[in-house]
Amino acid sequence: MARRRERVDRGIKVRSEDVYALTSWREMLYLAAPRVLPVVALFVLGMTASVYWERVLVSTCMFAMLAISWDVLNSAGMVSLGQALFFGMGAYIAGTLNHYLGLGPWLTLPLATLGGGLVCTLVLLPVLRLRGIYFAMVTLILPLMIERVIEATKIFGGTEGLSGLTPLGSEHVQFLVALVAVWVALYGFRRMMGTDYGLLLKGIKDNDRAVMSAGINIYWYKAQALFLASAVGAFAGAFMTHAYQFVGMPVFALDYSIMPIASVAVGGMGTLAGPMLGSFILVPLSELLRGLGGLRTVIYAVILVACTVGLPEGVFHYLARKYTQFERWAEVDK
Amino acid sequence: MSSEVILEALGLSRSFGGVKAVDEVSFTLHKNEVLGVIGPNGSGKTTLVNLLTGFVKPNQGQVLYQGRDITGWPPYKVAQLGIARSFQMVKPFYQLPAFKNLNVALYSPRVRGLVGGRYGDRDAVAKDLLEEVGFERDSWVINQQAASLPHGYLKRLELAKCMALRPEVLVLDELFSGLSLAEVASLVPVIEKLVAQGKTLLMIEHRLKELFRIADRVIVLNFGRKIAEGEPAVVMEDPQVKGAYLGTEAEG
Repeated sequence: MARRRERVDRGIKVRSEDVYALTSWREMLYLAAPRVLPVVALFVLGMTASVYWERVLVSTCMFAMLAISWDVLNSAGMVSLGQALFFGMGAYIAGTLNHYLGLGPWLTLPLATLGGGLVCTLVLLPVLRLRGIYFAMVTLILPLMIERVIEATKIFGGTEGLSGLTPLGSEHVQFLVALVAVWVALYGFRRMMGTDYGLLLKGIKDNDRAVMSAGINIYWYKAQALFLASAVGAFAGAFMTHAYQFVGMPVFALDYSIMPIASVAVGGMGTLAGPMLGSFILVPLSELLRGLGGLRTVIYAVILVACTVGLPEGVFHYLARKYTQFERWAEVDK
Repeated sequence: MSSEVILEALGLSRSFGGVKAVDEVSFTLHKNEVLGVIGPNGSGKTTLVNLLTGFVKPNQGQVLYQGRDITGWPPYKVAQLGIARSFQMVKPFYQLPAFKNLNVALYSPRVRGLVGGRYGDRDAVAKDLLEEVGFERDSWVINQQAASLPHGYLKRLELAKCMALRPEVLVLDELFSGLSLAEVASLVPVIEKLVAQGKTLLMIEHRLKELFRIADRVIVLNFGRKIAEGEPAVVMEDPQVKGAYLGTEAEG
């Protein structure tokens, strides 16, 4: 008698149209736990952590937003290798508004978010027709180019950058703003991807010509997705500018492009929650390894490789599967 | 079929490199007519579809829709006017369940208002449409990811995506290719129903027997040129068509 592993759905997958049939506290808990617990846990973690680790969590939230932004773009068929463009644009807009015009963080944050999204969208508008690796190459080059432009023309403080910017407030205030921002981005975008609007974006990724033949101007919708994604990235940049009270060329550095992609690779793409989870694994991990000195990057890389080889689908997909399904040995009749 | 011209091609030409894919092709499509386009492989049928629907821009010639010049319009604008096309190489949204494929088409500005903004409504309309083209309602098939659907269903899905736009003209690029006789037979009533609703159809086909049962007229392409036009029975007697399309008697 042969045996095979069988996967069985756990819990309540039974749906009547769009309403879950909730009949017991246990089922409601089953649904709510994975959505509510992380929110509570992260809040408690941040409020009780030391100042150093609270700051790490703040920057983790911002990397998570960049990773979510990457996943949104990818869902609409745009592969970005240049999240640093969004990050840097938001950072410089917030920095210059604060430094030259003296606007406070509560004004510069929304202005940089919208302005950064708009500028990035306009800059990338001409290459929206490019797909796959061609679009990716352009996004990779742009932030590196802007970095050199700032260096060469010495605008906005040149290589020195702008320092002494207005801080956001106490550590706790910073942390709470970061936390709210990242949860709004995650749940907002997740909801959006579930609507027909989100379906349309996924359709563009799957088959843009088929979407076009439905009378839909795909470039208009790609531009909208690009605006939303880059605005989120720009917010992260603007936020970090005020958190560090400094903005300079490093905001366009490759780190801000690579880290989100590594997070997606570790966390698992397509769910938005995966990339966020990936950031919350990688960024604190990189801080933990700081004590190791020179070998830090090596160990970090080994962990990254082990993660992507061991769980190519991503940690989030793996956990989600374990949560919604259980496995058992079933006997197979010949 | 009425005498009113709904779509007209005037001297359409398009070459790729040195190859003239479509060469000076002109024809008229009357309202509520079924016009067949036939021709051997590589005779320019699909390029003609692409020219009519804006996916390829012509080097020369014009496309008129209800007397309006739509030459060189982008595909989405052509579709918004009411010219829907299906693809010979099926283009489903592979990650989505079958019925959600139609939600994308139903999101088109052409019909968005008609089916209402409510999420559930669009799902219901999508399922109705799938049932119309022969998906079994309430079966697992409509919830199945498009990637795992058999070819016959994907072809039906293509047709349903066209119908979702409530078009005036349907340009169907080899709808029947790769389908079994029984599958084709089950699709013919769907086509006939569209005609009864007053739609106009342009059907590119290789399956002549099935096409001739539906088509009012056919045009024949060979090496990008139109070599014959008329009623199916008459056209097939044309010696040039016999020679080019079916092979000459001597080769027989």
